[in-house]
Amino acid sequence: MTTQLLVNIALGFAAVCYAIALLLNAWRILRPRDVPDRVLALDTLTVNAIALIVLAGIWTGRLVVFEVAILFAMTGFIGTVAYSRFLLRGDIIE
Amino acid sequence: MMALVDMVVAALLVVSGFFGLVGSIGLVKLPDTMTRLHAPTKATTLGVGGVLLASMLAYGFRGQPWGHELLISVFLLITAPVSALFIAKSVIHRSLSPRDLPPTGRPAGWATFERDAESGAAQPTGALQQRE
Repeated sequence: MTTQLLVNIALGFAAVCYAIALLLNAWRILRPRDVPDRVLALDTLTVNAIALIVLAGIWTGRLVVFEVAILFAMTGFIGTVAYSRFLLRGDIIE
Repeated sequence: MMALVDMVVAALLVVSGFFGLVGSIGLVKLPDTMTRLHAPTKATTLGVGGVLLASMLAYGFRGQPWGHELLISVFLLITAPVSALFIAKSVIHRSLSPRDLPPTGRPAGWATFERDAESGAAQPTGALQQRE
């Protein structure tokens, strides 16, 4: 059972890493240099949140958590494309 | 066998946590938006891919379903370059001019500035826009 403990320690390390990464992304969202910078930080925050959700899914072993991660991936991508489209054309669906 | 799988899973988790942290530090520390695009689109995608691969290994070798992680990783690998391209296009559109960019080497110019060259807003086309 020592390798199970190893996996748990690695899960804790990765969770701490992604928590710090989320804080850095939130700082970049609050203080961006330009509007596309803020969109990029939001996209990165979504990807890091997916990683943290998957870590929670490994920890708990429940399958519902991975469907939450799929939803996050889809809405994050659509949100990024909509923001960039709005910045490019002033409209989302022409 | 399970001990070996668990060791590989733990190594993948540590490496992917490191890469996710590196991507976000790059997002904060790099000087420009165009250079900042590199860190999240490469390092963070690799980090998430590592976490998903670790989950697939951990549950696949225990005979439990692992299709969700495969779906998420394929979706992320497809969409990360597309969103990076869109953000780069909006950066070009907002804060660069055609003089700042290298030549395309073809008669057509950069597609992001095509509307400015035609001097005017994009004309609505299609049958649905004719109705008053």
